Amino acid sequence: MTATATATVIAPAAEAAPALRDTRPLRLITCGSVDDGKSTLIGRLLWDTKAVKEDQAAALNRDSGKQNDLGLPDFALLLDGLQAEREQGITIDVAYRYFATDKRSFIVADTPGHEQYTRNMATGASTADLAVLLVDARAGILEQTRRHATIATLMGIKQFVLAINKIDLINYDKARFDELSREFKEIALSLGVKQVTAIPVSALKGENVVYDGKASMPWYEGPTLVEVLELATVRSAQTVGFRLPVQRVSRPGESFRGYQGTVAGGAVKPGDSVVILPSGMVANVKQIVTFDLVRNAAVAGDAITLVLDRQVDVARGDMIATIDAQPQVGLAFDAQLVALQPGGIEPGKRYWLKSGSRRQRVSVQPSSILDLKSGKWNRHDGALPMNAIGKVHLSFDEAAIFDAYELNRTTGAFILIDPDTNNTVAGGMIAGKRGDVGGLNNEAERVILSLPADLADKILASGILSERRDEIDIRRTNPGRAAELLGELDS
Amino acid sequence: MHISEFDAHTQDKQVKPPLDPHLKALENEAIHIFREVAAEFERPVMLYSIGKDSSVLLHLARKAFYPGRIPFPLLHIDTGWKFPEMISFRDEMAKRFDLDLVVHTNPRGAKENISPFTHGSALHTDIMKTEALRQALDAGQYDAAFGGARRDEEASRAKERIYSFRTPDHKWDPRNQRPELWNVYNGMIRRGESVRAFPLSNWTEVDIWRYIQAENIPLPPLYYAAKRKFVERDGMLMWAEDKRFEALPGEQVQEDYIRFRTLGCWPLTGAIKSHATTLDDVIAELEIATVSERQGRAIDRDQAGSMEKKKREGYF
Repeated sequence: MTATATATVIAPAAEAAPALRDTRPLRLITCGSVDDGKSTLIGRLLWDTKAVKEDQAAALNRDSGKQNDLGLPDFALLLDGLQAEREQGITIDVAYRYFATDKRSFIVADTPGHEQYTRNMATGASTADLAVLLVDARAGILEQTRRHATIATLMGIKQFVLAINKIDLINYDKARFDELSREFKEIALSLGVKQVTAIPVSALKGENVVYDGKASMPWYEGPTLVEVLELATVRSAQTVGFRLPVQRVSRPGESFRGYQGTVAGGAVKPGDSVVILPSGMVANVKQIVTFDLVRNAAVAGDAITLVLDRQVDVARGDMIATIDAQPQVGLAFDAQLVALQPGGIEPGKRYWLKSGSRRQRVSVQPSSILDLKSGKWNRHDGALPMNAIGKVHLSFDEAAIFDAYELNRTTGAFILIDPDTNNTVAGGMIAGKRGDVGGLNNEAERVILSLPADLADKILASGILSERRDEIDIRRTNPGRAAELLGELDS
Repeated sequence: MHISEFDAHTQDKQVKPPLDPHLKALENEAIHIFREVAAEFERPVMLYSIGKDSSVLLHLARKAFYPGRIPFPLLHIDTGWKFPEMISFRDEMAKRFDLDLVVHTNPRGAKENISPFTHGSALHTDIMKTEALRQALDAGQYDAAFGGARRDEEASRAKERIYSFRTPDHKWDPRNQRPELWNVYNGMIRRGESVRAFPLSNWTEVDIWRYIQAENIPLPPLYYAAKRKFVERDGMLMWAEDKRFEALPGEQVQEDYIRFRTLGCWPLTGAIKSHATTLDDVIAELEIATVSERQGRAIDRDQAGSMEKKKREGYF
């Protein structure tokens, strides 16, 4: 834009509308506390991308009567939408913010940094593709930073930005920036995270957020925060095959029967052989019907109606999957979960479990609990209190259908609902089906391998292993923990 | 491929380019929510307020259940103060898409002669919208109600869930909402309780307009500029063609090209001066707009936290 004249009335823009964005929206979560300048950072993102309109800013100024030194509105007020928060001055829940650049649009899950952050962070992180961890350059990496990174990793986030804020308050000190980014990269590596970008930022002055900070930090040649977000990848889940959790059966007339749902992994086209789980019946795809046209393919994320070539019994809660790489079906699974409510998660209690469109009864037995301070799992078979992260065994009355969360963030995720209150009490991630280790085939010798994840994925994709997937137990962990476990076996 | 017997919409179908991935993702999410609610609840209903968001919502509902019909009724809360063009548009849509339309007006309106002019916008909205909505939801025994609210509209909406739990008296408790993870929605309720479901939660105003353009969705003509009569009152351009309109002393009825960014009760909905007579013009205007769409809505400005208060009481 080169126009410099200011217009006082709204008039049609002379230039052509900007080109359509060709990317899906990026979902991100921001972690950090008020003291780190989180509200200022998000406010800055919204302000500099023009997501805040004049009347909203005017309302802010009217409500608070205060502005900061730069004549900008108080960003915290912009974000803390609820009256209760305005009264208490704290953020109490997950809020969602929207902004866009010419290249992409963004959905920010804004979660509080203080109390109950585990529960709120887990909620915000569940749908996020990327986490922005915010630290105050003066305070450095805190225990809190490590906790946030641990929770984000558990929830399946693989891309991190470390925003080292208030860099202006340490005189744009490059040495300090280098020291903090090095320190964080070590933490990230121990969590198995490889994609980390550290950025020196002044949210208050708007440096390296949307606009660059070259004037103050000529030594920094990396991207701004927004540039990183524009280039980040949206999760394309799903190294496993085609999955369609059936939401409803469409029968508008005698001659049509279609299965409606959102593709949760892989792709499908007419002619493909599929299996209906848990029944195990087999059919071929006849048509993929949508409102716009009869399609010749559908991919993960598409909401479709599938027509099969024969009469089979399919109901809501069933899963239609590729025949070659099927999800696991069983009565016992291992999972990690985050306890979300004051009552915690009680051992042996029967909950409702909902995953995709499938809801069934389950009983939960905790086996260990995560010490967020050290990152270590400690043996624990009692109740999991609110905000605790635990490993649990799930036992079902009827067959359950899952993929490991590592492999599919949709078919590997679930929530627990307390039948007494109907409230959502936990969010969980499937580790895998509980194998027969120590069970039926306990006379057979077993081998434990520890190998790089990329290699493991390749081997698992091979026919010889995928055929006997049910007999294999897989856990993913970091190199340090793997060495520790193997050490235990040796001793 | 033989599904044309269900294909009621083919007459108006035309070849159009595929949606851009951003809108496609939003559309997929909305369809998923529609299907999930329709499958999990016994008596869903869709709030239909005739505006652009409702028009998008209706279009998405048709897509979600195609080739079947929309498996629930649409409910319009008519305050008696809507623009006549809204009502005729509503009836045309109901006919064209074979909709099951329920219209409810709070009988207190006629009995007590409720008017936004004499009773004020707050009381009018409270009785003719919020109370009327509660009456209609109770009468229909609906256990789920779709609404077109978006999180980007207003601060208190930013924390709204996609499935928003309501007590038997339709109250919303923002401090005690159910956590919502991934796209796994908790639809478990007791008798009398209900859920408001918001398929457009993650859409922004720009998304709505781009989608309307891409999908060629019909809108009431009020969104487009035309020569209309109006007065300037309290910083708002008020439409002045209804027979109940009375100019205040000193007010001058003007006539010029104006249009509306949102639609509601005409005494509470401000117009903007504009020459945007096509969708392209409207979108071009939007991209350089510096004020939000709700700026024209009197209800948001009455007091700080105004929307949150209304929502707690059962407003959408």
